[in-house]
Amino acid sequence: MSGIRTAGDLVLRIQLAKSMKIDEAKKYVAEKLGVDPIDLSDSDKMYDIRADKGMGRSFDLNNFPKGIEAKFNIAKALDIKINSVERFKERAGL
Amino acid sequence: MGEFFTRMGDGSGVYMSAEEIKDEIKKGVEDAAKRGKIPELTEEEMDYLFEIITMPGNIVGVKRGREVVSTSDSGSCKMTYHANIAMERSMAVLVSEKILGADSVDIGNMDYSYKAVKQIIHNETPVMELAQLNAVMPVLYGSMPNLGLYTKPDGPVENWSELLPLGKIDESRAAQEEAVEHAVRDIVFVAGEMYAAGADGINLDTCGASGDADFLAGLLATEKIKEKYPDFGVEMGAAGEFVLGMHGKIEYDGTRVAGLYPHKQVKLAEKAGANIFGAVINTNTKMSFPWGIARAVTFVKACTEAADIPVHVNVGMGVGGIPTSEIPPIDAVTRADKALIEIGKADGL
Repeated sequence: MSGIRTAGDLVLRIQLAKSMKIDEAKKYVAEKLGVDPIDLSDSDKMYDIRADKGMGRSFDLNNFPKGIEAKFNIAKALDIKINSVERFKERAGL
Repeated sequence: MGEFFTRMGDGSGVYMSAEEIKDEIKKGVEDAAKRGKIPELTEEEMDYLFEIITMPGNIVGVKRGREVVSTSDSGSCKMTYHANIAMERSMAVLVSEKILGADSVDIGNMDYSYKAVKQIIHNETPVMELAQLNAVMPVLYGSMPNLGLYTKPDGPVENWSELLPLGKIDESRAAQEEAVEHAVRDIVFVAGEMYAAGADGINLDTCGASGDADFLAGLLATEKIKEKYPDFGVEMGAAGEFVLGMHGKIEYDGTRVAGLYPHKQVKLAEKAGANIFGAVINTNTKMSFPWGIARAVTFVKACTEAADIPVHVNVGMGVGGIPTSEIPPIDAVTRADKALIEIGKADGL
């Protein structure tokens, strides 16, 4: 799906977290983001959506959430637990 | 000379007529159906497969909206160890994410086996931690159960490949059963360390490489990992389309493991608690690409229909209809991907 250029990373997170098949996983992510499932593979649309929600992207990163920062926002947007975020909170005493 | 350019299973180019391609498709479908005792593709599906194989253009793609996600087998090693680019593995993760557009990647060691990794886990976890701080996409840790590594002289148990030709069947089985215990312990240990390092999941890759006991090690390890870390993702990938019966009597939850094809392998992976199953269908280098992809799609369709979890089809060289060549030809790769997704209903690659 092209990973963080679109919503490929988000759909895969849902497959890993909830064992959902591809259509079901896309539907879950689309509903959480308030878009149509077909938009999840549209890099132009997803660029803006990722910007709005601070979910990380490939380029144009100045003052933009990166890495673990972006994953805090992804966990919140998708309503899932992300292991690295949980470990970060634990170690940082958050 | 035929009208359409296609490939043989070894990657070499070949021209075939429409009739020849249709005949190869039919024979490939029949071979899969007979071996797996699964339904054949429908006439419409075979017609569409012919259309995909003979589409103009070097590369083809799935219809809009049918895109799927990808996981990997030693993904971050492709740049570092395989392409020999002097790059630290967490950096390869970021290149995979930002430049290649991967949906996920797994970090693995040069010796992609849990037994080997256990000894150097203290050097593996910092790579994962660094990757997790910087990457946005899911990053898994991957390795193989690789049961053969537990045999003497490198490992603690007798070598069943040496015992079997001597007719020492019971001793061979006992050695394999002992190796399973060692492997499960190592896999669960590594998984625990990687969980603590923030990994998004563990990839049990190439399960069954040493036969049915090897596949069982993957299943039992999955079970234990999910018991200890319920939220931790587990991808369990197969070694081949057919689990070899090196032991022959191994069972999991009342099902004999030897001889299982993908549509039955996935049900065991599900029972064990895997979140994603990696289906493998082997490529026959002597047969044509139309024959191989028809066969692969028939197996995959049966597998995805049986599965309640997502199925990611292995599409590296020599599997999933992809020719067995060091650089798989992109014309064959994209046609295989499109067919596996659109006809086989793969959830990922």
